[in-house]
Amino acid sequence: MMLLTGCTQRVWNDPYPNSERVSNILYLSFLERPKHLDPAQAYSADAYALTAQILEPPLQYHYLKRPYTLIPQTLTAMPTLTYLDAAGKSLPVTVNPDLVAESVYELHVRPGIYYQPHPAFARDETGQPYYLPWRTTDRSQIHRWQDFKHFGTRELTADDYVYEIKRLASPQVNSPIFGLMSGYIVGFKAYEAMLAHVANKAGPNDYLDLRRYDLPGAQVLDRYTYRIRLHGKYPQFLYWLAMPFFAPVPPEVDAFYHQTGMAKRNFSLDWHPVGTGPYQLTLMDPNWRMVLERNPNFHGERYPSEGEPGDAAAGLLHDAGKPLPFVDKVVFSLEKEVIPNWNKFLQGYYDFSAISSDTFAQAITPDAQGQPHPSPALQAHGITLETPTMPAVGYVGFNMLDSVVGGYSARARALRQAISIAVNYEEFISIFMNGRGIAAQGPIPPGIEGYRAGVLGMNPVIYHQVNGHIERRSLADAQHLLAVAGYPDGRDARTGAPLVLYYDNTYTGPEAKAYVDWMAKQLAKLKIQMISRSSDFNRFQDKIRRGNTQLFVAGWDADYPDPENFLFLFYGPNSKVSSGGENDANYRNPQYDVLFNQMKYLDNGPEREKLIAQMLAILQQDAPWLFGYFPRQYVLSQAWVSPWKPNMIANNTLKYVQIDPGLRARRRVAWNQPVWWPLGILGGGVLALVASVGYTRRKRERSLAR
Amino acid sequence: MMTYLIRRLAYAVPILLGVNLLTFSLFFMVNTPDDMARMHLGIKHVTQPAIEAWKVQHDYAQPLFYNAREPGWRALRDTLFFNQSVRMFALDFGESDDGRNIGEALRSRAGPSLSIALPTFVLGLWVNIGLALMLVWARASWLDRFGIIATVVLMSVSSLFYIIAGQYWVAHLWRLVPISGFVPGADSWHFVLLPIVVSVMAGVGNGTRWYRSIFLEEIGKDYVRTARAKGLNESRVLFRHVLQNGLIPILTGAVAVLPLLFMGSLLTESFFGIPGLGSYVIDAIQAQDFAVVRAMVFIGSVLYLIGLWLTDLAYTWADPRVRFS
Amino acid sequence: MGWQPVVLWADGLIWLTVGAVGLLFWRGADNIRAGWQSLWRQPVAMAAGLILLCYVGIGLLDSLHFRLRLPAQAGMSVQYSVEVNSVLDVLIARLSAYQEQSYSAPLAKHLFVKMPTTLPDGHLVLGYPELTLYQAQRLGRDEQGAWRHWPEKVRLGLRGVLMGVLLAAAMTLLFAGWQAHRGGVSLRDLLRTAWQGKHQLPWRTGWATLTVLCVLGAMMAEWSTVYHVLGTDKIGQDVLYQSIKGVRTGLMMGTLTTLVTLPLAVGLGIAAGYFGGWVDDAIQYIYTTLNSIPGVLLIVAAVLLMQGFIETHPALFDSAASRADFRLLFLCLILGVTSWTGLCRVLRGETLKLREQDYVSAARTLGVSDWRIMGRHVLPNLLHLILISMVMDFSGFVLAEAVLSYLGVGVDPAMASWGNMINAARLELSREPVVWWPLASAFGWMFVLVLSANLFADSVREAFDPLGQRR
Repeated sequence: MMLLTGCTQRVWNDPYPNSERVSNILYLSFLERPKHLDPAQAYSADAYALTAQILEPPLQYHYLKRPYTLIPQTLTAMPTLTYLDAAGKSLPVTVNPDLVAESVYELHVRPGIYYQPHPAFARDETGQPYYLPWRTTDRSQIHRWQDFKHFGTRELTADDYVYEIKRLASPQVNSPIFGLMSGYIVGFKAYEAMLAHVANKAGPNDYLDLRRYDLPGAQVLDRYTYRIRLHGKYPQFLYWLAMPFFAPVPPEVDAFYHQTGMAKRNFSLDWHPVGTGPYQLTLMDPNWRMVLERNPNFHGERYPSEGEPGDAAAGLLHDAGKPLPFVDKVVFSLEKEVIPNWNKFLQGYYDFSAISSDTFAQAITPDAQGQPHPSPALQAHGITLETPTMPAVGYVGFNMLDSVVGGYSARARALRQAISIAVNYEEFISIFMNGRGIAAQGPIPPGIEGYRAGVLGMNPVIYHQVNGHIERRSLADAQHLLAVAGYPDGRDARTGAPLVLYYDNTYTGPEAKAYVDWMAKQLAKLKIQMISRSSDFNRFQDKIRRGNTQLFVAGWDADYPDPENFLFLFYGPNSKVSSGGENDANYRNPQYDVLFNQMKYLDNGPEREKLIAQMLAILQQDAPWLFGYFPRQYVLSQAWVSPWKPNMIANNTLKYVQIDPGLRARRRVAWNQPVWWPLGILGGGVLALVASVGYTRRKRERSLAR
Repeated sequence: MMTYLIRRLAYAVPILLGVNLLTFSLFFMVNTPDDMARMHLGIKHVTQPAIEAWKVQHDYAQPLFYNAREPGWRALRDTLFFNQSVRMFALDFGESDDGRNIGEALRSRAGPSLSIALPTFVLGLWVNIGLALMLVWARASWLDRFGIIATVVLMSVSSLFYIIAGQYWVAHLWRLVPISGFVPGADSWHFVLLPIVVSVMAGVGNGTRWYRSIFLEEIGKDYVRTARAKGLNESRVLFRHVLQNGLIPILTGAVAVLPLLFMGSLLTESFFGIPGLGSYVIDAIQAQDFAVVRAMVFIGSVLYLIGLWLTDLAYTWADPRVRFS
Repeated sequence: MGWQPVVLWADGLIWLTVGAVGLLFWRGADNIRAGWQSLWRQPVAMAAGLILLCYVGIGLLDSLHFRLRLPAQAGMSVQYSVEVNSVLDVLIARLSAYQEQSYSAPLAKHLFVKMPTTLPDGHLVLGYPELTLYQAQRLGRDEQGAWRHWPEKVRLGLRGVLMGVLLAAAMTLLFAGWQAHRGGVSLRDLLRTAWQGKHQLPWRTGWATLTVLCVLGAMMAEWSTVYHVLGTDKIGQDVLYQSIKGVRTGLMMGTLTTLVTLPLAVGLGIAAGYFGGWVDDAIQYIYTTLNSIPGVLLIVAAVLLMQGFIETHPALFDSAASRADFRLLFLCLILGVTSWTGLCRVLRGETLKLREQDYVSAARTLGVSDWRIMGRHVLPNLLHLILISMVMDFSGFVLAEAVLSYLGVGVDPAMASWGNMINAARLELSREPVVWWPLASAFGWMFVLVLSANLFADSVREAFDPLGQRR
């Protein structure tokens, strides 16, 4: 085998086909198949990893600039915004938000952008769509995506964007953001009701041509221009325009997928999304691998030529002005177990890797200041590390409706505060996350307006200041608070009954026990007894929805980089039990709600900062959450990956990644020389066994002969 | 004879109905359609209307067994049970809860499963029979005693250990094969090698012991003594008579397992990342996709019954004296 | 301090089983008693049996539960702790008394991973902190005299060996004295025949096994005063403690599941064989249907169902222990329901044969009732088959627990079990340097139990079924 392949020899454990050895292909892994790829439905990071490379919403985040900056993606310029009062008159931008009746966004799509090749666009000689209607002769021949013979393309128009917005309201699509958007987009609720009526008559899976039904909140002005109308003022809407929910969907593609026999062959928007982005999905087998390949019709985009100070020094502007994307093909392989995933990265078969808590010690060596670096072994391989903080928070909520831990009395507050002090998240971060996180002082993570580092942002209820450092208050403080709450020494002062709390969680898998035991250990410090109620995710959700919890484990991943996206988790009218919102602690504080309504309209600046500080102080006193931690993601990349910059908000970043396939091929050979001696020993063992059988046989026959 | 086999086939229908009824009631008690909807709608912004809409769209809005609103036999037909289970008899498995065609998945996943299960089965049979013969042949010697103890030791090791240890040493430390993954076609042998070896190892203790006892039983029979008395040498007795007669129960037993090979192995496939039916089931369990699990239970039952049927057939073929009434 | 006994369902059942098995051997049918006596004459059975007894002892001690009374407070009613403890917990309380922060290797003095510690000047440094157990226990232990020059580990180990040997010798002598008294021979004679291997019981094997067990036990006890003998796991719990606590779970899985299969297999098997006709058809239908469903899937569905039941009826489970207990019982139940069919088929076949025996047809013509015939004439002749299948299946159920834990439908995640340990530890092999001890310990404890159970089962088969009717 080595003779045949000459200089670039093949190694034994190469999990990829021989032909790909020196190709310009990026290799990544995925843990779970994404549930949805339909832009109106997909709402998870694993789905965005694919869809954001394929679909292009009107806006995107600048790759390099911080704080995160929105720039046009398929638009000629940023959308224009006009405020109207109730009478429809235009208002100045600085007007009091209460007077704004409607915000009108006008978006102008860049001409000359074409879709990826797709059978839905194919036309026959007479100019009629080739696969619409899908002929029965074709139907019997086409079973897999590769069986389609005719492809075509079409220019992107404003109509495609409006069509997708209408889809968000379609009862056939069931978009997760419909509830939220129906509060803003003009006429959205009525539109959904009307569509539900129409769909009922037609049957649940028949094609509904949404172009025939007019939505006042989203309208096409000309081939390239469309307009979105919102109730009131909603400055955060621009962020939504950078998410795939607002990406274009060509109506003919939707109609194409709704034909008989399509769904049966897994041909659907949910499986084969169609877009104008740098990549197209060419293999979708989520049980094995998913492959993105360069879209030949991509409109072209160039690597940004400006960034933050320091980016140039980090080599991030080296490729400024070069055409994107760099990599021809991206292969995502399914990798459900941690061990194989990590080993393959070390063997050079994945280009990027996250770090699990079990591989941490091998991967990371902290320096004297506690700053993380790749371990010497990894550095010798040329592996580099990025450590971005994620715009997310992990917390344990108190159900404020509960009779023991909930409520706003001084007693209940003291109990929550006592527990907040006792549950030592610094320890949690060091045990379970190997220090990859920051103990939270409030709900707003670093990188988001309103976060204050160090003593400035300290939560004075749980921490105090020692020599300019912040330090968790002592257990004595917590015990004192517990006594104030009426549970001296963990026992009810009136009855003597021990205090028992329920801990609702969804922990499963290998580490479940460790997590639960750890929490029990924390509460045991206050002699509070804990009973864990682990359940699967949907039961857990159901408990939350009914308010049937005491302490529950939860987390929040930001949709967009704005403090509103975190502070709304405590807004009274968003309460989970009463209105099905995202406030799952069911926290309700009128003073907080007033401040929230002021804060959400403001642009970032001193005024907003002051309001946020007030809101955080209220939260810290009431302690509706154990604020938990802000996770940091550690990402390792191989030596053959060009410098890259983590962008925790944007998802369409694969187009900026560049690799050196030649270097990779050489390294793989060097790192993967097999070890043969065990096979030799094994062979020896078998020989010994055979010999001993022979020996016994000879002895046996001799004794028989005798 | 023919009528007997046909009757056995007909017997499968009530059994499959029973299987369906059992799994259907179990799974719908475990997971109400509301639970399924929540599971599949994701994490953020899930509201009750969205759940209702999901149910309608995935045909879960009907009552379970009896539809009181419909007249006559439609009261039975327009129910979840009828729609979800009965159509399986026509091998129409419908869509999984995340909207993907189950039949399609079964077709594409059977190959990888078989590419591990079949070699494991054949190789296992060979190795086990070979080792068992060796022990029988050396019976009552130190080799036999050592062999018996070794088989008990091998049996007592958890199957998880074989997998974990195999991956750790062969793939991680010695880099002889890819640690996990799969490529269809000719290249697949790299990937299936270790799973096959590990699976064979895990079964060797049990199998060897069992086959050894079968051969020993055969050796104790009169015709063997006669043969030996006639002066046939030991290896001839062993290979001509004992092996041939002992193979009958072994092979008829193996026939029963043959159809189930399609189901693949839950543990091996999921540890080694083989996109087969075994890992399909595991994924479905973890995602609580009971449409898939129900389909797999049904297929498992069908294959099991085919196995029973084949065993009958094999018996009549192997031993013409057997006649069924 | 007062206490209040707590009888968990599994505890009750296991003690009942112990009683029933004891009754069977002491008062049971003659063939069973004879088999029992010939069983212990085999050296392998003696060795394996002693090891099993050791496990059973641990498991039974761990099945005596109670709740401690909380310190009294003036003017308040008596309150008991919510936490349920077992007698074993008290006996090995020392093992769990000191919790570390994270991993530490077996017999280590320092943590295995670096941890940040704050220096007096407020700076954070990373290092390997000394274990709390070691820190607390080595104080005042600087011994005097000749021992001083020996490393502490060796010193403690040697002391353990010495104590173990003495203990084993004492126990053997005690037992020999009792035997001599019963048999009416002098202790001296008995010991001599025993030493020469001429006694009917394999004394030498028994003594050797006992010595090994005692030495191991005593060494662990000695070491555990200063060290974590098998190290600590991710959140710093003693691995030895976890493994010992896992014994009960493993035994329960093996025993209770067998307990579930028995009535189903015996009752239905005999009924099918004896009555024939539609009863036979119906029972065959049931077991073919059950058999045709892939067992794992049935178990998964049932376990999820049970979880739902626990969620919706929280009032029924007042403590973590009772939740875990219910889950364990249910797991045994469902595992049993999926695995009685094999024995049932065998018993049906045997009964078919027995039914044609002369004495059975004679009894029938005499007008003896069917139930009486089945109880008096059929069942006793099947007892050996039942016993053999019991011990054979036992080890399978213990192993099944680990696999079910991997699938996420095993025993309660909060319960100490080898399956949970393996599941938690399998990721640790990817660490560098590798953390092997939790995995090795769980596999080791499970292996020894299953191996002795298998060896014991072999001996049982030889003792009770010399003709080799069932292999």
